[in-house]
Order: sequence, then C-alpha cells, then structure tokens
Amino acid sequence: MTDAAEATTDIRHTQDGRTGRTVHFSVFRGVPGANASYVTYDVPEVEGMVVLDAIHYIQKNLDMDLACRWNCKAAKCGSCSAEVNGHPVLMCKTRVDDLPEGTITVAPMKTFPLVKDLVTDVSRNYKVNASITPFTPRKDEPTPWNIKQHDIERLYEFRKCIECFLCMDVCHILRNHDLHEEYYGPRYFVRMAGLEMHPMDDADRTEEIRTEGGIGFCNITKCCTDVCPEHIHITDNAIIPMKERVADRHWDPIRRMFTKKKESAKPGTAAE
Amino acid sequence: MAQDATTKWTPPEHTGLAKESAFQRLRRRAPWWLLPLTVVTVLSAFIVYGMWTAFFGGKVYSAPYLSPFYSPQIWWNGPVTPALWVLPFPLLFRATCYYYRKAYYRSFFWDPPACAVGEARKKPYKGETRFPLFLSNLHRYAMYLAVIVLIFLWIDAVAAFDLNGHFYFGLGTAIMVINCIFLSAYTFGCHSVRHLVGGCVDCYSRVRGGAKRYEGWKFITRLNEHHAMWAWLSLFSVVATDVYIRLVMTGIIIDPHF
Repeated sequence: MTDAAEATTDIRHTQDGRTGRTVHFSVFRGVPGANASYVTYDVPEVEGMVVLDAIHYIQKNLDMDLACRWNCKAAKCGSCSAEVNGHPVLMCKTRVDDLPEGTITVAPMKTFPLVKDLVTDVSRNYKVNASITPFTPRKDEPTPWNIKQHDIERLYEFRKCIECFLCMDVCHILRNHDLHEEYYGPRYFVRMAGLEMHPMDDADRTEEIRTEGGIGFCNITKCCTDVCPEHIHITDNAIIPMKERVADRHWDPIRRMFTKKKESAKPGTAAE
Repeated sequence: MAQDATTKWTPPEHTGLAKESAFQRLRRRAPWWLLPLTVVTVLSAFIVYGMWTAFFGGKVYSAPYLSPFYSPQIWWNGPVTPALWVLPFPLLFRATCYYYRKAYYRSFFWDPPACAVGEARKKPYKGETRFPLFLSNLHRYAMYLAVIVLIFLWIDAVAAFDLNGHFYFGLGTAIMVINCIFLSAYTFGCHSVRHLVGGCVDCYSRVRGGAKRYEGWKFITRLNEHHAMWAWLSLFSVVATDVYIRLVMTGIIIDPHF
C-alpha cells in the first residue's frame, strides 16, 4: 500500500469531526409535580465528544427547552454533575466513546430536589457549609504567618474540591436513607478536615464532627472517593482521619491516659 | 485549521482525563455485583477455614515451624485447640479494619452493594452510631493487640532459622518471613497507626519530633494507599503458611531446605 493510500484509509472522520455514528441519548425530562419521562434523542457523534456536547447539541438542534446547568466545560466549575448510565459523573468529563454501546441514559442527581430536567437544587449544601465552625486563627500569632511546607501540604488535596457534589449524590446515607438533617456528607467532612488539620486554626470541631456532622453514619463504603472528579481521597484522607480524631477522644484508653496527664500538667487546665 | 485530506490524521488524546489502567477499565465496565460476590466468596472461605482451624484443626507445629494460627502458644495442652486463644485478636483487628468494613458492608450487608444502586434495607439506617456496628470503633484497641501478636509471629519466623541449634533455611522459613512482611505492611499501614504516628498532628513544626513524625506519616501513607492489597495478601499468606506447615507436619510434602 502506498503512503498516500495508507493515509487515506486512516482518515475515519469527516472534516467537521463527525465519526458517522449516531448515538441514542435517553434524557430525563420533567419538573416537580408533573409527569416526568425519559425522551430519546439521536445525536451525531463527533470525535472526542463528551456527554455535555451531546446535551448542547440537543438544546441547539432538537429541544431548546431542555434545562442543564453548566459553566466551564473543563471539569473545574462542578456545575454539570449528572448521572450518566446511572453513574454520578461530570458530563463535561465523560466521553461518549468511553461508554458502552447502546442508548446512553442521562438523569439529574438523585440525592437533590429536582428543579427541571437535569437541574437540581443543591442549596442545602450551602446551608450545611454555613453551619460549620469557620476558620478560627490562633490568637497572638505574629503576622505575617510563617507556615512550613510540611505543615500545610496535606491541605492542598482538600483545596482541589470543585463542589460538584457528586460525592454527596452517591453517598448512600443521603441518597438512599435521606439523612440530610443528621449527616453533613462527604464534601463537608473534606472541608472540616481541611480546617481541623490547618496549622493556624485554633478551633476544636471534634464534637461537632461527631454530633451535628454525624460522622458515625459513614460506613466507609468509599463511593464518594470513587466518583470524585478531582481524585480527592475523601474517605482515606478526610473522613477516616476525622473518625480517628473522634476515636482519640472517646475510644482510646491509652491515648486518653496520656492526654489526661498532659492536660493536668498545664497550669489552670482541668483534666477531662 | 482545516484538515488536509492527504495528511495522516491522529485522534486527539483524552485530554483532562486520568489514564485508566486495563484493570480499572475492566472494573468500571464489570457488572456491579461481581466485586461483592468475589468478596463474599473469599471472606466466607477464610471464615470457614479459620473456624475449622480453631475448633477442629489440632495443633500445627512441625519443628522449626509454628503455624501463625497458633502463635503465641497459649495453653498448648488445654481442653480446646490453642488457636482459639489467639484467633480472636487478629480477627477483631480485621473485622474493625476500615478496609474490611468497606468490603463487608458492601458485600455481606449490601449497605450499599455498589455505588449508586438501590438497597434492600427496610429498617432505619443507623450506620456506626448504634450497637453492634459502633463497636467498629474498637479498631484502636484491636490494633494494639494485633501488634503484640505480630511481634510473636516475627519471633517465630526468626526461630524458624534454627533447628536443634543449627542454621536452617527451608521453604517454610521463607513462607513464614513473607507472611510476617505482608502482615507487617498490613498492620503498620493501618489507618489508626497512620493517625497515631502523624495524622493527629495539626502543626508538625510545633510538636516534639515533628519532622520525624511527618516523615513517618508519609511512609505509612504510602503503605496505606495499598491497604486493600496488603489486607488480601496477608489474609492469603496466613492461610498459605498454615496449610504449608500442616502438609509438612502430616508428611504429605517434604520441606526443601538448606
């Protein structure tokens, strides 16, 4: 085969990037209180197409009424969270050619109240966030703060959170058991871990994590870690360390003995 | 830029996507019930084997090898098998381990069986806030006990180099040492150890030995990242060591040695 012929056979795409394949999308349509249904749309596949591209194609060409929240299309704003084939994902980060053959189902996040179509009301999360004891700097700390790299390094990971709330969506405590009042959810244990481990923070949130936060409800199934688009080790680096801090206070006799000694050694500090 | 029809066209890379290994891709595309089924099968087999060893397994010792199920030797000539006095401690450690909690909550209790699938539970969910599951918080105690048992296993592994005052190195010695290495990686890579070594410190610069604790925390974190792997490897190695010594003891195989 000549070089030219080989090059020609390698060209599998038209000049506008279409692969020639038509993908069937079954998209959730509905508003609260009305009959919801899945509507099927046929979308021409484009090389490198992500699910959000398909939703935009549907909005532009097939159904301008379809509601979808999105912003950056770069997996950094956390707006386009949805459930594709039943998996909580960012639509902008889910390639169509990575999905199995057949109809692709797109639904809103199940854990949150529906607004319309693929849009859900995530405002409950902001209320939880507001209720957390905020960053409380150490008193009498000379400024500017001089923080060593190894004191702050653990916190970088927590700062990567884009608040897409996929972890909250997949968490079975919120998703299946509706314990929204008793349990803060993975995103907020990440935030609390970031505050608790901060070298300049002076607040003690251990009891808040145990009681209002309801960390005891978490049974370590790690689904939050599995779905995180920023690959934050939510369970291993945030939730379990917070469970361990609760264990320090309530479940460790040896450590408690040493803490008592240490506390009673401080002038004016009563032992537990 | 318009694509020239005669130019060799290269599909774009999966920009912005973490590269998936073949195993990850297989896992993602596998049916959701495959992992729970595998975990139930393997863990059930281990539980059955452990129970059989504890109640009916006799005493597994073939000089210079002592099975890990029977170490430390407590009440060797008592009314029940010596394994019964030892097994509860490592079992408690494993039962309360954060990795195994994930495995059995998903696989045995189906709470949930997989991510983003429904649950069969009808009773209100209490998680680890009520009896009996709040006993998982005993992990710290279990870890202290497991470390003591591990020390005895290392003593046994070192003792297996000596037979009647002479240096001895057999396949069994190697198996016992490997078993101890796997168990050490599992025990010291545990989340509780990681927390005690450095995870509980907010500001390493302000505590005594902070830099060393940070280094220790980083080392344990590396072990901890593969905690599941160490958990399974050490589970298999304990059974393999016991089976090997049992076979040597009964004369079914002859221990190759120097």
